[in-house]
Amino acid sequence: MEKIEHEIVTVYILWLRQIKRHFRSKSRLFMSVFQPILFLIAFGFGFKNMYAQAGQGNYIDFLVPGIVAMSVVFSAMFSGIEVISDKQFGFLKETLVAPISRFSIILGRTLGGATVAMIQGILVLLISLMIGFNLVSVFGLLPALLFMFLIALSFTAFGTSLATFFTDMHAFPVIINVIVMPMFFLSGALFPLEGLPSGFAKVLNFNPLTYGVDGLRGSLIGTFHHTIGFDFLVLGVLVICLLALGSWLFSRIEG
Amino acid sequence: MIRVNNLTKKFDDFTAVDNISFEVKKGTVFAFLGPNGAGKSTTIKMLVTLLKPSSGQLAINGFNVLEESAKTRDSLGIVFQDYSLDEELTAYENMYFHSVIYGVPKKERKDKIDKLLKLVDLSDRKNDLVKEFSGGMKRRLEIARGLLHEPNVLFLDEPTLGLDPQTRNHIWDYIKKLNREKALTVFFTTHYMEEAERYADKIAIIDHGKIVAEGTLTELKNKTNAHNLEEAFLSLTGYDIRDENISSIEKMRMQRQRWKK
Repeated sequence: MEKIEHEIVTVYILWLRQIKRHFRSKSRLFMSVFQPILFLIAFGFGFKNMYAQAGQGNYIDFLVPGIVAMSVVFSAMFSGIEVISDKQFGFLKETLVAPISRFSIILGRTLGGATVAMIQGILVLLISLMIGFNLVSVFGLLPALLFMFLIALSFTAFGTSLATFFTDMHAFPVIINVIVMPMFFLSGALFPLEGLPSGFAKVLNFNPLTYGVDGLRGSLIGTFHHTIGFDFLVLGVLVICLLALGSWLFSRIEG
Repeated sequence: MIRVNNLTKKFDDFTAVDNISFEVKKGTVFAFLGPNGAGKSTTIKMLVTLLKPSSGQLAINGFNVLEESAKTRDSLGIVFQDYSLDEELTAYENMYFHSVIYGVPKKERKDKIDKLLKLVDLSDRKNDLVKEFSGGMKRRLEIARGLLHEPNVLFLDEPTLGLDPQTRNHIWDYIKKLNREKALTVFFTTHYMEEAERYADKIAIIDHGKIVAEGTLTELKNKTNAHNLEEAFLSLTGYDIRDENISSIEKMRMQRQRWKK
């Protein structure tokens, strides 16, 4: 019993550390909101008329869920990558030699990172509402938060898994440009999934983020491409697989 | 307190630690010396459960290091060669984090942290972020942190590297005090021979992964006909300049690159 309690407070203190660090880094707070809002304004207002002329309705409403997903994904990846900076600054060793299980370490880190990413996503959503985003109903917020959390968890675990392979922060831009950017652009965050060329659509269906964006969009504006159950299932399985992968890779780290 | 039998660590074809054995008795100060790349840090990493040995047995405080890693970790305080603090947290937060993950009871945490911060003269800076600290302050904080959970053995990997003589003396006075009063066992590495002369009860010298000499200061001096430890050290390990030590992480990276080709 005492042992379990010890592991739980360990998860909590690791979670708290991520939150504190996040709110202390003003530049990071700013950047992780700035970029999504820039995308929202540039694409949203840029394509608004074209989208309406094509008979598709309000592009801003369509785009916001995609941009919220983007801010969650980028913040989550960044939290994962923090493992590299902890390696570089030596702090990782402090946790690795402590009498706690590796699983508690990765769980605390992942929950902390996911919480931070959620906060960023919620901030972007609030700003979107101020810009003129029309929420279909307040009841949609609950499943939307759930999808945000699943996206956040899976990408924090994904980032952590990748981070175990690298030893310095220079890898970070490479990971973002080669892996995260394509996943974002090929997820239906920016355009509807209907009527795409079939080969292209296959690529999108293979991308797990597609289901995250669809689930989030369906919850917020009421139009799903897949179904809420299917989106939830895909993300749920993804989270479990990535958490397992992350824990396994993390447990193999040697100082 | 520490018992090492036939310990070996190989990285690919490179043998970093080659079949070494030694023992450190409870309440003694043990200096582990050697040129760069001799295998000091690799040995410490195996003792503190960060690296798995290729072969051999390790026991600390009666626990089998390889099989009872959680209990072993409970008994250890560690100050690494490079800093291992969270610079975005304050001194107090770093200490508090440590007290939680080492299971210090909640009621005792604040008192213990305050007491130790006072001992290393950091009380008035406890709410400052660590990134604003000088090297000496970080070291003092790390030593305080390493002692927070009242370990049986304190490992210090070049703890005074880059510190001025004032700070070095201050840190050592404190460690010796704990060693005397609480029978704390201390295992340390250093390149400052006078530190080993002054503070160690026993000294082992490692080179090319093998222990080339072990004993008290007097024994080592007599064995090599030297006037001081530096002469003894040089006569045992030679005068060649060694390549800089590369970390095991770097070694892993090199292995991975080789594997990719």
